Amino acid sequence: MTNVVTETSSDLRVIGKSLPRVDAVGKLIGLTAYADDMELPNTLYCKLLRSHHPHARVLSIDTSAAKALDGVAAVITGEDLPIKYGIMPTSQDEHALENEKVRFVGDPVAAVAAVDEETALAACRLIKVEYEPLEAIESIEHALLAPSDEPIHDYAGPGNIHRMGALEFGDVDQGFENASHIREDVFFYEGNTHLPMEQHSAIATFVGDQLTLWSSTQNPHYVHRALARVFDMPMGHIRVVAAPHGGGFGGKSDPFSHEMAVCKLAMVTGRPVKCTLTREEVFYVHRGRHPVLMWVRTGVSNDGKILAMHFRTALDGGAYGSYGPASMLYTGALQTTTYNIPAYRFEGVRVFTNKAPCGPKRGHGTPQPRFALELHLDKIAEEIGLDPVELRRRNYVKPYTRTINHLRITSCGIEEVTDQVIEASGFLNRKRRLGHGMGFAISSYMCGAGLPIYWNKLPHSECIIQVNRGGVSLYCGATDIGQGSDTVLATVAAEQLGLQPTDIRITSGDTGLTPVDLGSYSSRVTFMAGNAALQAAHEMRNILVEAVAEKMECSPQEVMVGDGKIGELTFEEAATLAQEKLGVLATRGSYAPPPNIGGKFKASGVGPSPAYSYSAAVVDLDADPYSGEIQLNKVWLAHDIGRSINALAVKGQVEGGVYMGLSEAMMEGQLYRHGLHKQPSMLDYKSFTFFEMPEVDTFLVETVDLEGPYGAKEVGQGPLLPVIPAVASAVHDALGVWIDEVPITPDKIMRALDAKAKGREGRYGPKNFPKISYPSIVKVPPFDASSSPF
Amino acid sequence: MGSIGSHEVLRLSVNGRSHELLVKPYATLLEILREDLRLTGTKHGCEAGECGACVVLIDGAPQLSCLVLPGQINGSEVTTIEGVTNGSELHPVQQAFMDHGALQCGYCTPGMVLSSVALLESNPAPSREEIKEALSGNLCRCTGYASIIEAVEDAGRSMA
Amino acid sequence: MLRLPRFSYLRPESVAEAVQILSEYGDRARVVAGGTDLVPKMKRGQIEPEVVVGLGHLDELRQIRPTEDGGFEIGACVTLTEVVSNPILRSAYPGYVKAAGLVSSPALRNSGTIGGNLCVDTRCNYYDESYEWRKALGFCMKKDGDICRVAPASATCRAIASSDTAPAAISMNATVVLAGTNGKREVPVASLYQDDGQFYITKAADEILVSLRMPEPGEWKSSYVKVRSRGSIDFPLVGAAAAVRMNGSLVEACRIVITAVGPQPLDVSQAAEPLLGKAIDPAILEEVATDAAKPARPLDNADLSYVWRKRMTRRAIEQAIREAAEVA
Ligand SMILES: Cc1cc2nc3c(=O)[nH]c(=O)nc-3n(C[C@H](O)[C@H](O)[C@H](O)COP(=O)(O)OP(=O)(O)OC[C@H]3O[C@@H](n4cnc5c(N)ncnc54)[C@H](O)[C@@H]3O)c2cc1C
Ligand code: SF4
Ligand code: FES
Ligand code: FES
Repeated sequence: MTNVVTETSSDLRVIGKSLPRVDAVGKLIGLTAYADDMELPNTLYCKLLRSHHPHARVLSIDTSAAKALDGVAAVITGEDLPIKYGIMPTSQDEHALENEKVRFVGDPVAAVAAVDEETALAACRLIKVEYEPLEAIESIEHALLAPSDEPIHDYAGPGNIHRMGALEFGDVDQGFENASHIREDVFFYEGNTHLPMEQHSAIATFVGDQLTLWSSTQNPHYVHRALARVFDMPMGHIRVVAAPHGGGFGGKSDPFSHEMAVCKLAMVTGRPVKCTLTREEVFYVHRGRHPVLMWVRTGVSNDGKILAMHFRTALDGGAYGSYGPASMLYTGALQTTTYNIPAYRFEGVRVFTNKAPCGPKRGHGTPQPRFALELHLDKIAEEIGLDPVELRRRNYVKPYTRTINHLRITSCGIEEVTDQVIEASGFLNRKRRLGHGMGFAISSYMCGAGLPIYWNKLPHSECIIQVNRGGVSLYCGATDIGQGSDTVLATVAAEQLGLQPTDIRITSGDTGLTPVDLGSYSSRVTFMAGNAALQAAHEMRNILVEAVAEKMECSPQEVMVGDGKIGELTFEEAATLAQEKLGVLATRGSYAPPPNIGGKFKASGVGPSPAYSYSAAVVDLDADPYSGEIQLNKVWLAHDIGRSINALAVKGQVEGGVYMGLSEAMMEGQLYRHGLHKQPSMLDYKSFTFFEMPEVDTFLVETVDLEGPYGAKEVGQGPLLPVIPAVASAVHDALGVWIDEVPITPDKIMRALDAKAKGREGRYGPKNFPKISYPSIVKVPPFDASSSPF
Repeated sequence: MGSIGSHEVLRLSVNGRSHELLVKPYATLLEILREDLRLTGTKHGCEAGECGACVVLIDGAPQLSCLVLPGQINGSEVTTIEGVTNGSELHPVQQAFMDHGALQCGYCTPGMVLSSVALLESNPAPSREEIKEALSGNLCRCTGYASIIEAVEDAGRSMA
Repeated sequence: MLRLPRFSYLRPESVAEAVQILSEYGDRARVVAGGTDLVPKMKRGQIEPEVVVGLGHLDELRQIRPTEDGGFEIGACVTLTEVVSNPILRSAYPGYVKAAGLVSSPALRNSGTIGGNLCVDTRCNYYDESYEWRKALGFCMKKDGDICRVAPASATCRAIASSDTAPAAISMNATVVLAGTNGKREVPVASLYQDDGQFYITKAADEILVSLRMPEPGEWKSSYVKVRSRGSIDFPLVGAAAAVRMNGSLVEACRIVITAVGPQPLDVSQAAEPLLGKAIDPAILEEVATDAAKPARPLDNADLSYVWRKRMTRRAIEQAIREAAEVA
């Protein structure tokens, strides 16, 4: 790993070092108790009965035989949980248990609590549900037609349309008119899923009037809200604890049926109730990457400058709303954070289908358009005879500017990340031979959504630091899902207090103990919770420094902090001194993004972020001209991290992101057949093993963001993004065929090679984009520059 | 191996301690470890032999505990992640995983560590290809595998 | 957690006792060796025995010994790992040992046995699914239903022969020893299978596979090529075993067996005819492989498109012959 630092960091003691994660030991010795490892006395076990139909009315549910089974404590159905919920205010469309109609195979209709899982499963099989099947909608095209019987939902519409958007910035028609070259392309990105190693699990207790839920969730705060709504209880009587987490990637970001069910069953039975999903159920819970069809038209000038772009997307949302309204807008929002597009039109639609609901997966809504955009630019470059890197460089955004869609760009290492991978990989001087190829692509991602899911004026992240008898405790609602947020918070606090990260005891992701952090999504934690922790730690540092200064009779500026000492005193002595004077030592920090980082138009909530990270990738591969099989040789990935808080953790996020990007680029697909998930198992849903993963060379560019904690930006999602188009581009480089569809599997490559051999277009991908009646375009006036310096 | 009612008596040494357990013949070793012995360090991601999260060592060899029936292992010695540590001292493999950032969420980690321990016992200086081969049945969704390979190489060196 | 249905577990003292138990319980009993195939299938409700008869502890099934005719007899409960790490077997039967080493993952090979591998159930992605999934789709002929979901017009199940070692063993003309109520018999591995994914194995239900007999390798050189999406864990999408006997640079004899392209491994050796007496030349090899791949009938019940799998059959055959003959 190489670090390219644009500003020195010599006086930092723990920030940026390669230190182990603070939670490593417990995980390494098998002590860390993930949700399914928890066992409370007298626990009951829950299983959900799930729909066998993709789309059907529920006529009746008879639970009598299940209730009568020995060992069954309770059986509940939709009648017991009548209030709908959903992650977004506009998508309150899920019942924990459906008793009116089911919308995909796997939709839960009943839940059983019994003495063990075996009994609970047997009871589920005794529940009789009478269904009246309805037409099942399985594709975007099908969903766009008028339904033959009834739409999947009785809101939104028309038909099975969930959401639409149509925006224009700048004068697109004029842009195309001025263009000397215009190109159109169509792309498809198949859906895929997170496949966390840990299967979702939740355990609830109801004692007195206090409900407690431990769950493998990324967003305890939003689960908290959903529980309060569903149970019509004050939030103060509910505690949601994010259990140690076995992998999220976005898949544990929604409130889920099994969470609601264990809570209700705990209330009914008065006993703890646990539910752990099977792997098959995890595929049904899904909320993964949306399948997206895309059409893009771009006009460029003679010298390769983008003059206008028109981007259309159609998302297959599956059966429920979930984050869908945001997902849809994300397919159009971040094209502009990498390229200066002076005129931009976006039209998007999300449809409902009878499949497991889609939602956010690493990169939320942006890997699909990024794939399309980067390949589209490659094709334009080829057509106008310009080097693809050069074409991109001519259009790169500049730091401290506004995009046409009003997004505020601050620190921006897009040039530097490009330089790094281009130079290290030798991309420009690569030797050309059949079957070997290299591909280049870039991307950018947000450091946290600029707006919360529920619009309000509250902070996005809050943190409390307490120092007690020399011990430091940090409380923050942030949730460590493996990405290392506990380590980040500990490191930030340790740096301020002159300690080591392992000196900081972290309590996180517990709505009963910690102040709110909105959750582990949109790469927001380092930036937002990191800033909250920084503020709290800084205040604590001031308190300690002042106490010591007073004692040493010097000015606070003269008190040095570091290596476990505050001035002449040990940290513990200093803390005691301050505590003698002040009593409880507790400080707070909170963070909300600055205003004015985005626009003020309708739908402007999606896209703004206090900062953007930048990544560039080069992929080197061999592709077999007979079989289409791909051997990945190497990936170079440069990432503008702002500042790395923990080099080891950053490297891990880059490598993990590259891995996930490659795996979904080449084999992952959430496929359906006859209304059913085609391969709900870890054997049949393919993901990379050790063998497929190539070597990764990581380069960190530190642009030291002015607003990030110590200058840090995100790394959890960004590095995944450029990898996918870079694979497609490398395949084209190797074989001269375009695979305009993800995943890029050998059978698709073979089809494209066949076509080419027969003199047809050497391409595999969607032929055309469906006719969609998007709403009329909203022409957004330019950003009011007087409201912000840039 | 006797039986009492529908249950069977299973003699098993787990992490050096011998047990005589009354188990269901249809409970896999995974369930016996996690539910009867409460050794929840052994994880599970599929319970069908497809992910490697449940790997334990049976008589020194890594096996998928989700596929092992009690009747097949009477009298065997089982090592789980809880038995890898020497007192509170980390095994060199665990230490190397920690130092190299070879774990993130940690859910694949017990299986990875045990597969690595077994590899290094028989081959203290494995090549990268040998490491990949030995760990190829252990899936990880977080790390991208590179840091795990580095950790195993390093642990091999420190054990030599 | 995916759990097993209830059954009782019997531990016979000998193969004879095991046979005895099988004949007593008939369809209601199943033997288990490593359990790596049977256990997941039982968890998914595809196989529901009342009694599971353990074999792995029987020493008589765990031996590897040389035979009088210069070959080797490998006990049915020898694990795949034991075969892979046996240097003598490796040099005598490189194709077979390579196939054993390509079965799934290392941890699985530590439990999985060679006998279990020869008897491994056929696969189909309409069938290797949970009970709930199969119920949602509608059951199929192989279990609980009456039609084939992948080939509705087919009178028989077309589930895929998925043993990696079977084609390699067949290519070496290996035999198996079966023990039944009427004593032992030895049959060619090739005759163990038939063209029916449901009743894929020809041995009687109360017969136990005791050992695999590999004949003296003589001058035979062999290899096995496996096509799959990932380098580990996955079953074959196509498997091709080749055994060749060379006279200098000329091919004297050549056997080719392919698998995973239909319900049974297919001996397609007759297609090797043009190679005989000749040096391995790319053009002839291509002709042979194309011809040998003809009987392959992959369907849409496994990973990737069947068109691709069909084409890869040719490729795998070519590669297997090259590897066996040690030509680049
Ligand atoms: C994730 C996964 C991946 C796999 N990948 C592969 C692969 O790539 N290639 C491959 O070939 N297989 C694969 N398998 C299948 C299986 O694990 C192997 O074939 C293994 O060798 C089976 O051996 P076993 O001893 O575990 O069989 P068991 O499960 O014990 O038995 C398998 C079947 O054979 C019968 N049987 C076993 N021994 C005897 C005997 N001595 N006499 C009569 N009948 C017997 C059993 O009743 C059962 O029906 C995979 C399995 C899983 C779960
Ligand atoms: S081939 Fe047909 S009958 Fe056989 S398992 Fe598959 S669907 Fe069922
Ligand atoms: S839980 Fe055993 S292999 Fe996945
Ligand atoms: S560390 Fe999360 S799965 Fe490996």
